[in-house]
Amino acid sequence: MPIKVLIPTPLRPYAGKQSIIEVSAQTVGEALSNLVAQHPDLRKHLFSEEGKLRSFVNVYLNDEDIRYLAKDATPAKETDTITIVPSVAGGV
Amino acid sequence: MALRIPKALLEQLRAHGEQTYPHECCGVLVGQFDEAGGKTVEQAIACGNTRTDSPANRYHISPAELIRIQRESALAGRDIVGFYHSHPDWPAKWSTTDLDEAHWTGCSYVITSVEKGKAVLTNSFLLVGDEQSKHFEDEDLEAK
Repeated sequence: MPIKVLIPTPLRPYAGKQSIIEVSAQTVGEALSNLVAQHPDLRKHLFSEEGKLRSFVNVYLNDEDIRYLAKDATPAKETDTITIVPSVAGGV
Repeated sequence: MALRIPKALLEQLRAHGEQTYPHECCGVLVGQFDEAGGKTVEQAIACGNTRTDSPANRYHISPAELIRIQRESALAGRDIVGFYHSHPDWPAKWSTTDLDEAHWTGCSYVITSVEKGKAVLTNSFLLVGDEQSKHFEDEDLEAK
């Protein structure tokens, strides 16, 4: 069942310039795996060499950070939207 | 390539830096990318600085706020084209922390120096490269 994944501006060059990609999955982890299977260039931007989500990459299921849900195992359904957002921070 | 911004929005983000002084302000620039690689700002959205532990020299925008802005922008046919923050009593140039914490390649990072509570200079920097090669390039800031 297709789930919408919103792709942020900096990752679109690695995702066929698309802002929304639909993937079939039962969980958020499966959705991200299917996303990088469709667009392999995305992999190194989302995951470390050990396969872990990079620390500056936030993944939300609707309005919830998956770190505070069941992480990769968070169930996802057709009406859900997964949003990928790199962090924004800095300072002097 | 340049970042084009209406004067009123430029003044708005500079004023934000004065309001939060001596703390850093931060916000999101929403608008359009053009085919030549330039950007036009149509909205400057003020955000809260979640770095309450060190607000005078650090900023961080809540991912939840970014998600909301990204979603609402997409519905309005707009994109996140950059971000802004202030440097209280520090120059309007990027710091090593700014570069370390920057991950939005292709977007503009606008920095305003605020000296003794008054906004002084505002500069824009374009983030280019990937995580391994990323760096900032000076970017023309065209206020009209």
